[in-house]
Amino acid sequence: MRFKEWNGFNKGTWTDEIDVRDFIQKNYTPYEGDSSFLKGASQRTKRLWEKVASLLKEEVKNGVIDIDTETVSGITAYKPGYLDKENEVIVGYQADAPLKRIVNPYGGIRMATQAAESYGYKVSKEIVDIFTKYRKTHNQGVFDAYSDEMKLARKVGIITGLPDAYGRGRIIGDYRRVPLYGIDFLVEKKKEDLKNLKGAMTEDLIRLREEVSEQIKALNEMKEMAASYGYDISKPAKNAQEAAQFLYFAYLAAIKQQNGAAMSLGRVSTFLDIYVERDLKDGVITEEEAQEIMDQFIIKLRMARHLRTPEYNELFAGDPTWITESIGGMGQDGRTLVTKNSFRFLHSLVNLGPAPEPNMTVLWSTKLPENFKKFCAEMSILTDSIQYENDDTMRLEYGDDYGIACCVSPMTIGKQMQFFGARANLAKALLYAINGGMDEKHLVQVGPKLEIPESEYLSYEEVMKNYEKVLEWLAELYVNTLNIIHYMHDKYAYESAQMALHDVNIRRTMAFGIAGLSVVADSLSAIKYAKVKPVRVNGVTVDFEVEGDFPKYGNDDDRVDSIAIEIVEKFMNELRKHQTYRNAEHTMSVLTITSNVVYGKKTGSTPDGRKAGEAFAPGANPMHQRDIEGALASLNSVAKIPNCHCMDGVSNTFTIVPESLGKNEKDRINNLVAIMDGYFEQEAHHLNVNVLNREMLKDAMEHPEKYPSLTIRVSGYAVNFVRLSKEQQLEVLNRTFHERM
Amino acid sequence: MVTGRIHSIETMGLLDGPGIRVVVFMQGCRLRCAYCHNPDTWDTKGGFEITAEELLKKVRRYKVYFSKSGGGVTLSGGDPLMQPQFVAEFFKLCREEGIHTTLDTSGYGSGNYDEVLKYTDLILLDIKHIDDAAHKQLTGLGREGFLQFLEAAKSNGNKIWIRHVVVPGITNGREHIKKLAEFINTIPNVERVELLPYHVHGVDKYKELNIKYRLEGIKPLQKEELEELYQVLNNNLNNKSLT
Repeated sequence: MRFKEWNGFNKGTWTDEIDVRDFIQKNYTPYEGDSSFLKGASQRTKRLWEKVASLLKEEVKNGVIDIDTETVSGITAYKPGYLDKENEVIVGYQADAPLKRIVNPYGGIRMATQAAESYGYKVSKEIVDIFTKYRKTHNQGVFDAYSDEMKLARKVGIITGLPDAYGRGRIIGDYRRVPLYGIDFLVEKKKEDLKNLKGAMTEDLIRLREEVSEQIKALNEMKEMAASYGYDISKPAKNAQEAAQFLYFAYLAAIKQQNGAAMSLGRVSTFLDIYVERDLKDGVITEEEAQEIMDQFIIKLRMARHLRTPEYNELFAGDPTWITESIGGMGQDGRTLVTKNSFRFLHSLVNLGPAPEPNMTVLWSTKLPENFKKFCAEMSILTDSIQYENDDTMRLEYGDDYGIACCVSPMTIGKQMQFFGARANLAKALLYAINGGMDEKHLVQVGPKLEIPESEYLSYEEVMKNYEKVLEWLAELYVNTLNIIHYMHDKYAYESAQMALHDVNIRRTMAFGIAGLSVVADSLSAIKYAKVKPVRVNGVTVDFEVEGDFPKYGNDDDRVDSIAIEIVEKFMNELRKHQTYRNAEHTMSVLTITSNVVYGKKTGSTPDGRKAGEAFAPGANPMHQRDIEGALASLNSVAKIPNCHCMDGVSNTFTIVPESLGKNEKDRINNLVAIMDGYFEQEAHHLNVNVLNREMLKDAMEHPEKYPSLTIRVSGYAVNFVRLSKEQQLEVLNRTFHERM
Repeated sequence: MVTGRIHSIETMGLLDGPGIRVVVFMQGCRLRCAYCHNPDTWDTKGGFEITAEELLKKVRRYKVYFSKSGGGVTLSGGDPLMQPQFVAEFFKLCREEGIHTTLDTSGYGSGNYDEVLKYTDLILLDIKHIDDAAHKQLTGLGREGFLQFLEAAKSNGNKIWIRHVVVPGITNGREHIKKLAEFINTIPNVERVELLPYHVHGVDKYKELNIKYRLEGIKPLQKEELEELYQVLNNNLNNKSLT
């Protein structure tokens, strides 16, 4: 073996080249047993968590604990920080103190200063000067290149949430490489890569050579940062504690350097299990200590923070960081990738209580061990903190070492990244079709000038004809806008730490998104099956009168579900027509996160009966309380959205009242398992599961102090309910709670 | 072609029979139970019409969930026995598809029970009361109709799950529960007995329908009391494995 730290591991291609998947496959121990081996929190964990909990309370009260306004963020920019040194098994914070937020001006200096100001802090004059006079930011770059049309589309909200003023995120570094190989080996390999990058010096090659050099620099900085905490990560980790610690340092480097919207973790639990198993076998640690390492690792993840503006929080509520960890799944050889550590990770929700982060994501396969399925269901019922995604479909495309970035975006770890593209508002686009390209709120011409149908009632054929033209226009504008954003992000805010933990040649996707799918489907259904009369003022519709009933998306009714499918296909095919930056593959998600509230606010009344300003349904969910045939009909409708056009994910959030899920705990667990098996067998993509009562949420709105850790799944992530704005809380309450007595 | 009138469909019923079930609420009921939480299903002319084939087409979509959970379809209401021809035809089609069929009934229909029961895998049999006068007081009708159906069920040999709603002040007496147990002891093929605690979730519907709610002011049954009554029930059942 190259390193003595690898003693006890089985050899493979991983020993000579970077191949974490091969290491896992050659060394992991699948686990099909139940949860009875699990242990509670250790004394040290309890003492530490107590301190963290009181800090978190203070944070909820004040918004932030502290902001370092004097330092420009970076991997080595801060001195080491501790909360309770003697009880911290895993160490390291972004700044020199826990929960202290750092200022990252690379995305945009204005955003950074505004964010600080919203909490009553002021970014130092020196930093502002540097990033205004001497160092250009991503945000400045984008606005230098934006066309007037792009700026207008952004302003009226037909395309919103664009990462043009904040970090794009949705990149997962293969953080496991650091504990497995140590920094020195990784640097050596990167230097070889750089040497091999030769030939005609085109823009592409020049850029890549510069990037690899930046990556090498980042790796060396990681080593320096870890050394300040007393750890030498130049060599591989020698035991489970070091493996978790090194891995955390790698992740910490990423979140010190970047404030990307979603900074996901990848798929680390089964990787770490290999170290735990080796230590358990060698008698180096006990099960209690194994759980302690995982609990403490998770405590650190729960304490990651970014500095965001109020506008950002409006889009993505509750201060999320999307430290998504993908758990479970099946291997390509048919063995399950569930290990004891998959259980330990989820068990932290019991030992430390429910929490939104890390974003626990179970890769569900109908072939998962029954014991694990039941344990997941039990944890969902208990904590509402887990989301589920379809491993059986994703494995076909991404292999068995992929992870979820953000909410629903799959990518092969260390071999793939995406250019995150927020979303287009397809409901507003439909209003453009009806209003001849005029924006119904701003009363300006935004879309292509189209003929406004004259007839008293809207005709499906006429509206569809216009809608196709609007979608055609929107797709081109959308691709071009994202091209500018990602060109500039690479140039001014490159993620060298995360990309250092990727192969040199990677697969890139450009992830488009759509919002308002259920509003569009129901609106078109209303036009087709009922009679819809537009109420026009000065040529622009302000409302619609609907006569008669019409099929509604969410009831497993093909008449309307087929409309939703058609729209998804149409828009995706339009997007595919346009050239992307760095030849990224086009991909799309149906996901809103919590921005469904803001999108609704920015959109006029729609033909489905939704009034101006009212929230959309989240993700691919049917509109609130229109799915009247019960939960399975609702799930079946969503399951029809074709994966081949939505490779980046189709999000569905499902809430059921505990008493309706079954008569006793055992029934509830079995029923939830069967629901998920049935849903995912139909090739559905994603399910957020909440098992809770409306009454409890109402009580939490009135008495937030009673529910400090109440966690609910919203759309691809979980939030502390009490950290949501009142508006968002009301929207959650307004959703369909599947309930039958 | 036989058509039925149905009120609504709940595709994820997890409380009305084994496993995950599609529950179809049918229109029409001869009883007027004081605590009925579906008064909107009483009217035989309400709801909408659907053929047995159309309904099967809908239900078939959930077969994957049935097979994962040992579930199937449950006809409820109203009382499905009010539309025996439709039920028989629909259940027959389900049988052919391998879908488990459950009939949720109080035993009050319009006859033709044998044809229905031939295709019924499980009966959820709601015993309203065991005393004739009290039965009439609670539901508007005496027990005769119920006993007729019970005879048909006995002779067809269907599996039965007994259900009984416990209303404070009406059906929560210990003596009453004891008699209930003794009565259940005379029924063969009973696989399970459930006491359903009275709740007030349906009360708002009465306001909407402008019908007077007869149990105004009665509080839902408490969990502790329900557990005590289960004890009484169990002590008096011959077969102790039913609850």
